[in-house]
Amino acid sequence: MLTKKVKTRINFLIVSALLTGVVIFIVLKSLEENVVYFFSPTEIYDKANISLKKKIRIGGLVKTNSIKKNNTIVNFTITDLKNEIVVTYNGMLPNLFAEGKGVVAEGKLKDKKYFIADTILAKHDENYMPPEVSKALEKSKN
Amino acid sequence: MLNFFFPNKILSLSNKIINNLIILFILLLIAGLIYSLILSPPDYIQGDSVRIMYIHVPSSFLALGCFGLIGIASIFNLVFRIKFMPLLAKSLATVGCTFSLISIVTGSFWGKPTWGIWWVWDARLTSMFILFLFYIAYIFTWKIITNFEKANKASSIIAIIGLFNLPVIKYSVDWWNTLHQPSSITLTSAPTIHYTMLIPLIIMFLALAVYSIVIFLMRYKIEAIKFKLNKKK
Repeated sequence: MLTKKVKTRINFLIVSALLTGVVIFIVLKSLEENVVYFFSPTEIYDKANISLKKKIRIGGLVKTNSIKKNNTIVNFTITDLKNEIVVTYNGMLPNLFAEGKGVVAEGKLKDKKYFIADTILAKHDENYMPPEVSKALEKSKN
Repeated sequence: MLNFFFPNKILSLSNKIINNLIILFILLLIAGLIYSLILSPPDYIQGDSVRIMYIHVPSSFLALGCFGLIGIASIFNLVFRIKFMPLLAKSLATVGCTFSLISIVTGSFWGKPTWGIWWVWDARLTSMFILFLFYIAYIFTWKIITNFEKANKASSIIAIIGLFNLPVIKYSVDWWNTLHQPSSITLTSAPTIHYTMLIPLIIMFLALAVYSIVIFLMRYKIEAIKFKLNKKK
């Protein structure tokens, strides 16, 4: 049913599609460091050579009971439930910044356990529910 | 099924069907807006800004869907040289492009109160922006190249390359750390959206999907007329 011309076109398309796919994969893989928006504390710990001068972003959850405010200076701990990094920040916090919620901090590492942020972004998770449901969930947990 | 899309068939498609679809769209839109703006509850963290989602998510979905169809039509166009495929693809481009822009703009409006920033270059947002650029490139190829055959070839190649971007958009939130949250609705597990928010989302999706079909059919009719006129010349 397929003519020879059509077959050639199909083959050409498949081969070029595979090649393009491989090229895109390699490019994205080699640029992974730049494609990821932030590093988790564990990823920071596992990194062998890490620049303390370059601006980076770290992300995770704000550890419960870790937020300490002193005027405009805020200290808190970012955790991925395996490792933690202490963050210090001076400035306005986003409204949704809260303990137990996701956060991304932009700034520089002092060392692998201490981070000085100049921007704080709140990260929202994929859960959407009305306040009553969230309260009911909290209750059933306790 | 494909017979439906032959230029002759589409020209005889009565305006009644399109008009009925428009009525369906308006009814769905009214129901969707009432449900999403009034009846549905605010979110437990985001508050009322969750309502932006009811337009953002359907728009993003349709922007991806339209481009997927354009890409598939372009493959059939290049391989089998089916005459009406380019008309079909071309007719989907404007509505898809509009939805990709709506997705980006509404996402920004949501990002400012939620994240604390309008725009970041994380993998999801960047790949969505690239989709928008692909739409622009696709549409402008048709506009700039006046020779139909040449424009057809160039735009089809752009659409097929753009297809590779679609899985990157979809899975960007799973493959890499992104500021954008992962999908709430997946094929494999229960949605993480409460049903009182899922219902308006589905109604809004249906409304905008019907809208896309209306715009597509209208454009396709115009393209079919143009195509016939060109043939006569």
